[in-house]
Amino acid sequence: MARAVTNQRKALNTVIAWSIGFLIFFPILWTILTSFKTEADAIANPPIFLGFDWTLENYAEVMDRSNYARFLSNSILIAGGSTILGIIIAIPAAWSMAFVPSRRTKDILLWMLSTKMLPAVGVLYPIYLLCIQLGVLDNRFALVVILMLINLPIIVWMLYTYFREIPGEILEASRMDGASLKEEILYVLTPMAVPGIASTLLLNFILAWNEAFWTLNLTSVDAAPLTAFIASYSSPEGLFFAKLSAASTMAIAPILILGWFSQKQLVRGLTFGAVK
Amino acid sequence: MATQSSRSAARIMMAPAVFLLLVWMLVPLGMTLWFSVRSYLPLRGGDQGFVGLENFSRFISSSAFWPAVQTTLFIVGGVLVISIVFGIMLALLLDQPLWGQGVVRILVIAPFFVMPTVSALVWKNMFMDPVNGVFAHLWRFFGGDPVVWLTEVPVFSIVMIVSWQWLPFATLILLTAIQSLDSEQLEAAEMDGAKWTSRFAYIILPHLGRAITIVILIQTIFLLAVFAEIFVTTGGAFGTRTLTYLIYQRVLESQNVGLGSAGGVYAIILANIVAIFLMRIVGKNLDK
Amino acid sequence: MGQITLQQVRKAFGDVEVIPPLDLNINDGEFVVFVGPSGCGKSTLLRLIAGLEDVSGGMISIDGNDATALPPAKRGLAMVFQSYALYPHMTVRKNIAFPMRMAGMDQAEQDRRIEGAAKALNLTDYLDRRPGQLSGGQRQRVAIGRAIVREPSAFLFDEPLSNLDAALRHGMRLEIAELHKRLDTTMIYVTHDQIEAMTLADKIVVLQAGVIEQVGSPMELYNSPRNVFVAGFIGSPKMNLLTGTEASNRGAHTVGIRPEHIDVSATEGTWKGTVGVAEHLGSDTFFHVHVEGMQEPMTIRASGDLTMSHGDTIYLTPDEQRFHKFDNAGLRVE
Repeated sequence: MARAVTNQRKALNTVIAWSIGFLIFFPILWTILTSFKTEADAIANPPIFLGFDWTLENYAEVMDRSNYARFLSNSILIAGGSTILGIIIAIPAAWSMAFVPSRRTKDILLWMLSTKMLPAVGVLYPIYLLCIQLGVLDNRFALVVILMLINLPIIVWMLYTYFREIPGEILEASRMDGASLKEEILYVLTPMAVPGIASTLLLNFILAWNEAFWTLNLTSVDAAPLTAFIASYSSPEGLFFAKLSAASTMAIAPILILGWFSQKQLVRGLTFGAVK
Repeated sequence: MATQSSRSAARIMMAPAVFLLLVWMLVPLGMTLWFSVRSYLPLRGGDQGFVGLENFSRFISSSAFWPAVQTTLFIVGGVLVISIVFGIMLALLLDQPLWGQGVVRILVIAPFFVMPTVSALVWKNMFMDPVNGVFAHLWRFFGGDPVVWLTEVPVFSIVMIVSWQWLPFATLILLTAIQSLDSEQLEAAEMDGAKWTSRFAYIILPHLGRAITIVILIQTIFLLAVFAEIFVTTGGAFGTRTLTYLIYQRVLESQNVGLGSAGGVYAIILANIVAIFLMRIVGKNLDK
Repeated sequence: MGQITLQQVRKAFGDVEVIPPLDLNINDGEFVVFVGPSGCGKSTLLRLIAGLEDVSGGMISIDGNDATALPPAKRGLAMVFQSYALYPHMTVRKNIAFPMRMAGMDQAEQDRRIEGAAKALNLTDYLDRRPGQLSGGQRQRVAIGRAIVREPSAFLFDEPLSNLDAALRHGMRLEIAELHKRLDTTMIYVTHDQIEAMTLADKIVVLQAGVIEQVGSPMELYNSPRNVFVAGFIGSPKMNLLTGTEASNRGAHTVGIRPEHIDVSATEGTWKGTVGVAEHLGSDTFFHVHVEGMQEPMTIRASGDLTMSHGDTIYLTPDEQRFHKFDNAGLRVE
């Protein structure tokens, strides 16, 4: 039972919470605002909050750089490709663990989790070397595979926790009704798990989009996604605040929007179901 | 409970994921172990043979090692303390009745979705720049001398940037945990005469215990691997070189693969110590 | 056709044998109820017949053909689950059509059967709804509809009424009985409720710890329970079981007398006791009587007109012809 709280108390809570929320969000807000300023307004002293001449020229300029589109498409391809590939491999595995558990299921799940704990830097050179030897350094497909492998444990775990909530009797009913294993997964399990699969897709797309170790170290030109594009601003172009802001805004806007949709599932996905 | 045929189907369907992860784990791990006992300098003569544990002792005895350990501990510890203390406070606040709760939640969670390279650059240039940064303006407004953040207090600056990214994560998990607290428990405590402070200390905090542990473990694993934030801000200069960054420099910048791999083995061991505790908690959860 | 034979069927989970080797014959068109306390293996037995679990040994044959190794779908059986197990993302129509779709039946025939089932089960108005929008009883009917359209050789019911409230449960019980009379198809029904067993079954199989205690018609089980367990399990209120002198006086280790076979008087009788709790049902009253010299209170079924209350002295006279006698192994002696 929620108790009635005086409006005064609620108003106080509201003011404090909104102020803190604003403070935490401010760097993002400031970046978005700055992206609409001229370079001169962006470094004006004192800073201008809203009363500047709004302009889209920074976006135009960033877009005009012939390579921006390529960075963007690389990001979409790498994040999207690795997520979809991961889901395709993970659904059957999660089905097995959720509905046909054996004594080893728990060990396998925990072992998968442990591969996620392997520090990337510990295996940086081997992967780097393998990429050179296979001729796939700076190759989009190689990154799709690597990011898929990095996120596969999270995908399996998330799907597993969602699948476990589906009553096994329904799958048994479909078996009685004559569905083959393929039909059972395709017509019964997958449609029932759509919300879970969607949030798994979403969260892993976000994680892959923001991944900034392998994407920085294994790409140079052809396969470089937005993480590397932004890193190239580190100096001296970073001093052009307005253009930096426009590029940043374009890199984070799609993910911010997707992220807000997935925030509830985020907890489950990142704590491996330990907090729901 | 299942039939023989469904069990064998399950094994087949699990095989691709298990096989891929097995390869992904064993091949690079084996190579790292192999390189770590060899003198391997790709640009200066290549593989110069077996050197035993020399790389391991050289990595530890190098003058960069202990400062890197200190920096790592400082960053991990600092971010953990900040994100958990403020995370609990924020979670408690957001659990109170207020107008526009959903919007505040969205504002608070947003930094988690910002690409690490973006957040590092935005902070470095637009906030911490000693001439045009927002902080410089603030300092001047109050009559202070702008701080040259990334050279004067570099480690603290990085802790701040990384905390900003991870505070939302901690808040969200702690909020989820608080919301799962049975409100009748709190009401019972209130009936028993417990004051707000004792309700927090004896009921809320113990209830959050597990969530806090999980936040600590998961964040530690990610924080040990912090890379992009250092890469684009200081490039490891001014004492911001963490263990991860040191290994990266040994391997890719100075191309001393043997030495870097030995460092990599240390990093793996370190991460595994943390991981064991995390897996215990998660594993217990599976038994339910 | 729907004749099912189990020969030496056995089931073990790891080292735990939940069903020791067991034989059972179910005739075509029979309504068979597996009844027993929870954990007695009745649901496992049903799942073995369905093919959802492998047998650890023995043979299951359906209509004379060995079905032991057949997958569930190939056995020609339909099952109604305890949770109904409806597909939540499909409409009622699609739910009912699912088994036919899996069998690749042509659309016209599918429609014809769906209409038929919907009409018989009063579901015509709900065909385009989803299971989530239906009441418990309606969901139950959809689950039955999904089973009917397959025209199976036998229906399997796994505690189908246990999720319904008491009022609905009675109605559905009648509907299932009705359905059996109409279709004349073999039905195997699992329940822990002996009233459901008594009212529905042609043949009751009483199970305990995976072992069949007795197989027989409801009246056979009521009139001549084969052992103490069946005697205590079948019948409501429970049979009074007495040991000690009362039993040895009648030449047995244990004797049992049903509450309805004891006469009550305020003045004279074989046993003297005091009334404990009296449960008034209207037509009948159940008295729990503390009889002098007996450990357990005795339950008596008396007419609803009899007015006696807590603490009153009461005299009981059992019908000596109606005593059930059991030896020290718990088996019936005549």
